[in-house]
Amino acid sequence: MSAGVAPRRSAVSEFFEQEGARAGVITVVSTVAFFGVAIVAVVSSPNWPRVRDQFFSWDDFVDAFPSVIDGFWLNVQLFFWSMLLIPVVALIVAVMRSLRGPAFTPIRLLSVIYTDVFRGIPLILLILLLGFGVPALQIQGLPTSSTVWGLIALTLSYSAYTAEIYRSGIDAVPESQRSSARSLGLTQFQSLRFAILPQAVRNVVPALMNTVVSLQKDVALISVLGVRDATREAQIITSRTFNYTPFLAATVLFLAVSIPLTRYVDWYTSRDRSERSQAGV
Amino acid sequence: MAAAPKLELIDVHKSYGDKRVLNGLSLAVEEHEIVCLIGPSGCGKSTLLRCTDLLDPIESGEIRLDGDNIADSGTDTNAVRRRIGIVFQSFNLFPHMSVMDNVTLGARRAQGRNRREAEDQARELLARFGLADKADAYPNKISGGQNQRAAIVRALMSEPEILLLDEVTSALDPELVGEVLGVIRELASRGLTMVLATHEMGFARDVASTVSFLHEGQVLESGPPNELFGSPQHERTQQFLRRVTEAGRL
Ligand SMILES: Nc1ncnc2c1ncn2[C@@H]1O[C@H](COP(=O)(O)OP(=O)(O)O)[C@@H](O)[C@H]1O
Ligand SMILES: [Mg+2]
Repeated sequence: MSAGVAPRRSAVSEFFEQEGARAGVITVVSTVAFFGVAIVAVVSSPNWPRVRDQFFSWDDFVDAFPSVIDGFWLNVQLFFWSMLLIPVVALIVAVMRSLRGPAFTPIRLLSVIYTDVFRGIPLILLILLLGFGVPALQIQGLPTSSTVWGLIALTLSYSAYTAEIYRSGIDAVPESQRSSARSLGLTQFQSLRFAILPQAVRNVVPALMNTVVSLQKDVALISVLGVRDATREAQIITSRTFNYTPFLAATVLFLAVSIPLTRYVDWYTSRDRSERSQAGV
Repeated sequence: MAAAPKLELIDVHKSYGDKRVLNGLSLAVEEHEIVCLIGPSGCGKSTLLRCTDLLDPIESGEIRLDGDNIADSGTDTNAVRRRIGIVFQSFNLFPHMSVMDNVTLGARRAQGRNRREAEDQARELLARFGLADKADAYPNKISGGQNQRAAIVRALMSEPEILLLDEVTSALDPELVGEVLGVIRELASRGLTMVLATHEMGFARDVASTVSFLHEGQVLESGPPNELFGSPQHERTQQFLRRVTEAGRL
């Protein structure tokens, strides 16, 4: 079966579409049986009561939830701002790298150094370095908020990866497209802006969306700075009560965003693939 | 003193890495002339045309447009490219734009003309080449012949003084070749100066004022079509034409 026949299939609907009604019944029965057995096995284990009290205590959940959700609001804001900054910084870096001609050598070099350095530093190290290090310098005019430096660290690191994604998209556009843009008298920038980049970005949307999914989780790393995000709030409560349910509360919040996001990316990617195979691209 | 040729290449050298492609090539094209470049695949026809439109730099020699050397470093390359149009073998329309946007992109962005005016001109040209109803279509929704005609319209938008055509029918299904050749004939009848690389010998014989045979990075032999095809002077030219004749293309 060609990919063009059934656009808009997601992984979930694939389960149910494959072989008709009989297969549907088998799917449901086997799924229920499998998860049923698994749950019974876990719950009937002798250690289950301890696990339940440590991780699934309803009272602790309810107590922790308000402050964890307060902290999560910070994660959401970080996510929002980095989503605005990263595509812009990354695009600038990618465009710098794809400029042609000897006059632009220093600019290309700068872009190469940037991506090599910031892809090479573990994100958590970069967050610590900027989030603790820069405010400690007490330099006039620089922000002193750890949160802001955490955001800058996230942006620097993710922009390096994202720039490479853009670049792979730019490289995938045939050279002849650039020639025909230049032949119309467009400058190098205009050729990129109007002819190359729209195609390049189109090429890499799925890869970009996967980066968004991973960014959404990595905003939790800001907690190493002592900033009170969801993770940090959960940790604070946990260290007081010695019950780990608050971590579960934070987990639930992150999953509530990341699962729909992942499903959406999956759906989009498969739709994109089938559209492209139909268009013969 | 006679006026300088419209376009003149003088002792042009061009290599890709160690590979010498143009090796002291010289060629003159007078105004209203139609020069057909012939020669085996890989002999440098595309390279010559790309270099003429300044899409690839040459190593030495001169490219003169109305007597001015455009190959030197002081040239406003974007301005020159608007005076010289080029059409490629594989059309190269921008796939994310409608035919209309493809055709008017240069006018709007490179020349800074307003959209209305550019589109009026485009509509006129599209209609002239049988594409009036394709203005809003995307390149992947129209035929190869229509793509190529749209690419020609795109190149004509800046009202170039010379049009370079690089095997513009080679990527087309046989039944679509005629419509594109028809367009070139029409341009020829209006006196547009053209340089075309082609494998369509019959067509070259028909429209060319001069046919130039390229060999080892130089113009080996050049002349009016009936002379060059009728009594080629060089061994190499004869060989090439024999092979083409055997392949049934003459
Ligand atoms: N961008 C390039 N890089 C390296 N070699 C090239 C490039 N373009 C063309 N060539 C080489 O130059 C020679 C001439 O190519 P081309 O001008 O395309 O010939 P033609 O159009 O006559 O078939 C060929 O041997 C080709 O392999
Ligand atoms: Mg060629």
